Amino acid sequence: MTDLETFRTDTRAWLGANCPAEMRQPIGSEADLCWGGRNWTFQSDAQRRWMELMAERGWTVPDWPKDYGGGGLSPDEASVLKEEMQRIGARPPLSSFGISMLGPALLKFGTEEQKRHYLRQIARGEIRWCQGYSEPGAGSDLAGLQTKAEDRGDHWLVNGQKVWTSYADKADWIFCLVRTSSESKQGGISFLLFDMRTPGVSTRPILLISGYSPFCETFFDDVKVPKDQIVGKVNKGWDVAKYLLGHEREMISAMGLGMGGSLGAATRPQDPLLRAEIAAFDVDAYAFQAMSERFAAMWKAGEAHPAGPSMMKYAGTELNKRRNELSMAAGGNDALEWESERSRGGKTPRDWLRSKGNSIEGGTSEIQLNIVAKHILGLPGA
Amino acid sequence: MTLLTDDQKMLQETAASFLAEEGGIAKQLRHWRGIECKDGFGHGLWKQFAELGLTGICIPESHGGMGLGATDTALVLEEIGRNLTPSPFLTTAVVAARAIHGTQHADRWFPNIVTGDAVLALAIDEGARHEPAHTALEAKRQGNGFVLSGSKQFVVQGGSADMIVTAARTAGSAGETDGLTLFAVPKDTAGLDVENVALVDSSKAARLTFENVQLDADAVVGEVDAGWGPLSRSLNAGRAGAAAELVGVASGASAMTLDYLRQRKQFGKFIGEFQALQHRAAHLYSEIEIARAAAFKAAQLLDSGDEHAQLYVSVAKAKAADVASLAVREGVQMHGGIGMTDEHDIGLFMKREAVLGELFGDVYYHRNRVAELSGY
Repeated sequence: MTDLETFRTDTRAWLGANCPAEMRQPIGSEADLCWGGRNWTFQSDAQRRWMELMAERGWTVPDWPKDYGGGGLSPDEASVLKEEMQRIGARPPLSSFGISMLGPALLKFGTEEQKRHYLRQIARGEIRWCQGYSEPGAGSDLAGLQTKAEDRGDHWLVNGQKVWTSYADKADWIFCLVRTSSESKQGGISFLLFDMRTPGVSTRPILLISGYSPFCETFFDDVKVPKDQIVGKVNKGWDVAKYLLGHEREMISAMGLGMGGSLGAATRPQDPLLRAEIAAFDVDAYAFQAMSERFAAMWKAGEAHPAGPSMMKYAGTELNKRRNELSMAAGGNDALEWESERSRGGKTPRDWLRSKGNSIEGGTSEIQLNIVAKHILGLPGA
Repeated sequence: MTLLTDDQKMLQETAASFLAEEGGIAKQLRHWRGIECKDGFGHGLWKQFAELGLTGICIPESHGGMGLGATDTALVLEEIGRNLTPSPFLTTAVVAARAIHGTQHADRWFPNIVTGDAVLALAIDEGARHEPAHTALEAKRQGNGFVLSGSKQFVVQGGSADMIVTAARTAGSAGETDGLTLFAVPKDTAGLDVENVALVDSSKAARLTFENVQLDADAVVGEVDAGWGPLSRSLNAGRAGAAAELVGVASGASAMTLDYLRQRKQFGKFIGEFQALQHRAAHLYSEIEIARAAAFKAAQLLDSGDEHAQLYVSVAKAKAADVASLAVREGVQMHGGIGMTDEHDIGLFMKREAVLGELFGDVYYHRNRVAELSGY
């Protein structure tokens, strides 16, 4: 047996013995995921046990180095673990912006000390992070951000406002883009980390068209941030920000897939014209599934274009919006119920409305198309 | 599994440089359509395919072939599509070879396919739409053999073929998959009328009329009444292959269009500077990448004998045809007036897409199959 086959056998046996039955149930919504953090209340003992057992092995972040709380798995081993988890329908033990966004950026740009400190906390689900990027005046034009951080000798003094801060009201710490120089647009941005309990930080949830409030407004009023809580160099935060956005886009493009499977099989459309439209959608969804597998393999092998995540984000989110449009059509007037038990609290219409944000958050579809036109196609003046 | 092996990358490079140098539009497509030519392709080029071993790509090594699979075939077909190279590769080396694979007809024909001396065709469609289960061409037992009566159309390169693998009904009725039988029908068989037809893309297809065509029992390919299995395998190889060729057509049209966006100036600017065109070009890029991934996945599933291969073959054929259609429509529109001229090559991509899109089932046929295979 090769080492990889041995690893598969051992992994299968370990998962079989340790993954609680409740953690093998399909995920109904984001609410079924474990996000961790100081304020986290586990939904069940099984959820706690599953996260702790996996964290102990470093398998909440299987491919991070062991020194930073990861599993130290090779790409091949990480794929095997993923396949074996999928085989038994195991839920991810921990999901967080720390894992999907900040972690990869720290691995690339963090100091040794930062990696040891922050990455371990993320791996163990101790600290929940939120992302301070967009501002009221800086959406698609993100580099136009105005939240200011002044150098006050032993600390940064942060003033300003962020918006669309996902789960800021539930998060423990924030990774935040701030302006440290007004001399250059991209070249005056720094990447800071700070505790949401720091005096001067306040948040307010924003009620969305879906009736959910996953986003917040976040205000900074004379917030003092210790000098060593900067990632990368002063005024070089845009590099960190862009790298992290690549990972965010990858994550968002994968969201459409979580709901995977054939839409037609789930909705059984009787109307022939609707069936035809759903079949056309299913072709696109299956094809995108193939693209996701191929892109992940190419990305791992270093064969993907660096701007590839923009293409994936664009295609994946547009597809997910279409899936939701067709779910509404297939649901007929049942899909209009907003609060009944029958409709599980209006899951179909709320998901439909929530999905509209997919092609806005993390860079709009139009911005992704600009990036593809410029960096992949090399079109003039783009 | 999702990525190419080193051998496959080498094959891809070989095919790419060979077809760009020898199979280009000026050298092949425009040459053969410009002269009176019954085949629509050049036998000289087909001999060159043979020298590279490509004619035997799917033929087992025991018969002198390369013994490769659908993935390798797809790599070659994408290059064929990109260059609009007219050749018998898809019908002879992929589809017909697959149909006779493992039968006594393989011994007869494989050596000649490998050397580039034989051209084979598959006769399946009987009406304007692809409905293989509705095959009605009748084959009645008579003595030791069969008598065939009926008609076929859209038989690609049927007028050039030395032998035509023909699907006929030996039992049951139209709509049933049981009761079909494949026959090897040599050219010049008495009672077989071949009308050679030029298609929109200057390729040739034939309309066949069978009038009491008498065949010996050994003309049967495989088993009597059990033709659906080998026919499906042959068609699926053809569909996956056509999907790959369509991805090539889309890529070729898109590359030509992007070049134009970079050179053509209006209002004192390169037209590629206009965001209205940039976004459409970027969308098209994304769609082509997705179609390519679907085509490769279908080929890889066919190679591994996976149970989802049929589903992905239809996904790939539908998606690739859809995307190639978008690519050629955007190509002609973005070229403006010059795109409407016969002199410019972009229109040739539009014509080729129309034929490949229809071949072995159009977008609607395959969307419906995806729905059926998904259980709705």
